[in-house]
Amino acid sequence: MTIAEHETPASATAEDTTTVTTMTMAAALNRALADALAADPDVVVFGEDVGALGGVFRITDGLTARFGEDRCFDTPLAESGIIGTAVGMAMNGMRPVVEMQFDAFALPAFEQIVSHVAKLGNRTRGGMRMPLVIRIPFGGGIGGVEHHCDSSEAYYAHTPGLTVVSPSTPQDAYSLLRAAIASPDPVVLLEPKKLYWSKGEVDTAVTAEIGSARIARDGTDVTLLAYGASVPLALEAAEVAAGEGRSVQVVDVRSLSPFDDETVTAAVRSTGRAVVIAEAPGFASVASEIQARVFERCFEYLEAPVRRVTGFDTPYAPPKFEHWYLPDVDRVLDAIDTLHWEDDA
Amino acid sequence: MHPHDMLPRDTAVRLIAEDGTTLADETYALPAADVLLAAYRGLVEGRRINDQAGALVRQGRLAVYPSSHGQEACQVAAAMVLGDTDWLFPTYRDSVAVIARGVAPAEAMVLLKGDWHSGYDVRAHRVAPQATPLATQLLHAVGFAQAAKHRGEDTVVLALCGDGATSEGDFHEAMNFAAVFHVPVVFFVQNNEFAISVPLSRQTAAPSLAHKAVGYGMPGQRVDGNDVAAVLAVLTEAVDRARAGGGPSLVEAHTYRMQAHTNADDDTRYREREEVQAWLARDPLLRLRAHLTATGVLDEEAEERFAAGAEEIAAAMRTALNTDADLDPEDLFRFVTATRSPQREEQWQLLRDEIERSRPAETTTGGPR
Repeated sequence: MTIAEHETPASATAEDTTTVTTMTMAAALNRALADALAADPDVVVFGEDVGALGGVFRITDGLTARFGEDRCFDTPLAESGIIGTAVGMAMNGMRPVVEMQFDAFALPAFEQIVSHVAKLGNRTRGGMRMPLVIRIPFGGGIGGVEHHCDSSEAYYAHTPGLTVVSPSTPQDAYSLLRAAIASPDPVVLLEPKKLYWSKGEVDTAVTAEIGSARIARDGTDVTLLAYGASVPLALEAAEVAAGEGRSVQVVDVRSLSPFDDETVTAAVRSTGRAVVIAEAPGFASVASEIQARVFERCFEYLEAPVRRVTGFDTPYAPPKFEHWYLPDVDRVLDAIDTLHWEDDA
Repeated sequence: MHPHDMLPRDTAVRLIAEDGTTLADETYALPAADVLLAAYRGLVEGRRINDQAGALVRQGRLAVYPSSHGQEACQVAAAMVLGDTDWLFPTYRDSVAVIARGVAPAEAMVLLKGDWHSGYDVRAHRVAPQATPLATQLLHAVGFAQAAKHRGEDTVVLALCGDGATSEGDFHEAMNFAAVFHVPVVFFVQNNEFAISVPLSRQTAAPSLAHKAVGYGMPGQRVDGNDVAAVLAVLTEAVDRARAGGGPSLVEAHTYRMQAHTNADDDTRYREREEVQAWLARDPLLRLRAHLTATGVLDEEAEERFAAGAEEIAAAMRTALNTDADLDPEDLFRFVTATRSPQREEQWQLLRDEIERSRPAETTTGGPR
């Protein structure tokens, strides 16, 4: 396993009662798991290398030491087995939180996720709910080799029954993971690998409502719609555009399914222009879905077609191609420039 | 446990021969007469359920029915060996086991009728929803047992699958997880020789499916799946071991699917009639009847009583399946998630409007559009 150098999050070996701290997203996720394990004896954490090692990204660091092997444990190396047994545990009243080491590694478990995790509540007419959380380190930007940097959100968001969320700040990482664990429905939590070591303030008393988008920056000329690692990119592009005289609003979509049409629609109507930004290949993507929804709801308010800035329709790029593949500030600014501005020549 | 002790026998365990005579076994005792009589009643009912379901398919009342005709001994034994706190994880072919566990026949048929994806209260009967994808439910059974063990609950889980399922990755992962975590699960493979049209020889090159157990570190045993006494004895031993903390095990029953995979399948394309005919002599029902009659346990009065009981079940099935369920279109949206998303609510409003608008037309024309 090759991953980029990173700092280890504050270990969850001891109970931490403070509510507001500056920490990395990795530490926020670790704290959320520790707080959930402490709060509810039905919560269990398991996956590959999550025990003694604390996870390849150290998100589960210290949990086995603090809560014991019954509560945080390593499984045989088998993703379908991890999700399939989590389904059985959830059927029997537990709240499993499982880690899929890297996004593409979740694919052997795809049948369990789509055919069972997503459907059991429906099949049993609510007689059995699936209160399980599937944590997936998600996306690129860390120089990972093949199968370590995919963006598979469209597969999950396309599946009725699954809730799909992705945080872009340590605060949201904490609050969304706590909300996901508390949810009676199965949640796929996409953790942007690139942001694991980004820092921010986390108030553990702040709760998140799954299904709500967040206005990350106010602006009046154009709305950038992004999620996960694309949110900091959007904010950076907004800052540069501001220097060029454009007032750019940034919406962190945050919840891919269910989707917050209300916030997004109001935002785009207020500016009349929109660009959707995501790392995943653009064809048949979540970015396409957002674009379509915005067109349907905001057509009469739009000054220009809604644009997408996405990854290319290629397999995720090898590390040395990554800078060509990933959306960057220039690509976002170029997209903004095409939005039929009155000052266009 | 020494690897040798995990290996199944070279031949399947048998306690009652085809002619009804008993076969002595040094390990497995013949179940008591009252247990065998109860099993016989189950076989009579199971056969009647299979026959009735087949008729209902031909009448168009069931969309599809995967028959377990010939496999009733496995079905009945699977339900009989479980206690009140135990759970059964069945497949689509295990309707008779589901009914034998106490689910009303009409509720067990909901999936196959097309009214919903599962028709019974899973918790009331401790029967998981019937699984259609192969081997996926074995992992659910393992996780379920793992949770029970974690909480110190007295629960043994019996997970059913067929020979085809043993080729799936999830079969391997379930066996491996169960053994590594030492959970109270019994895997019960009904080897009926065919996965739709593909014979066992194309599923495995192993000496038997039960031999797979040793590779995972659990005992395996083979049993004559048409000998309900033997199936009861072998499964009971496995369930008792699991309950006592002895971990998982694998039981392979050698049986035969007497009919096609489902009504949609033509089994004359992949097997000879002579082969099917030969299995008639091993019929589980006739075998036990011969034994119980010879030993004086079964008399004409009991035979008539069981037949009448089976007929009642069949009549209830007919009545239930000839009645169109009152379908509520909102059910499409009601159970997808605990909290309905705004998107699904919007779609329900769309459907509701469509239904509302279609009503006047129905009134004037006297029928649906």
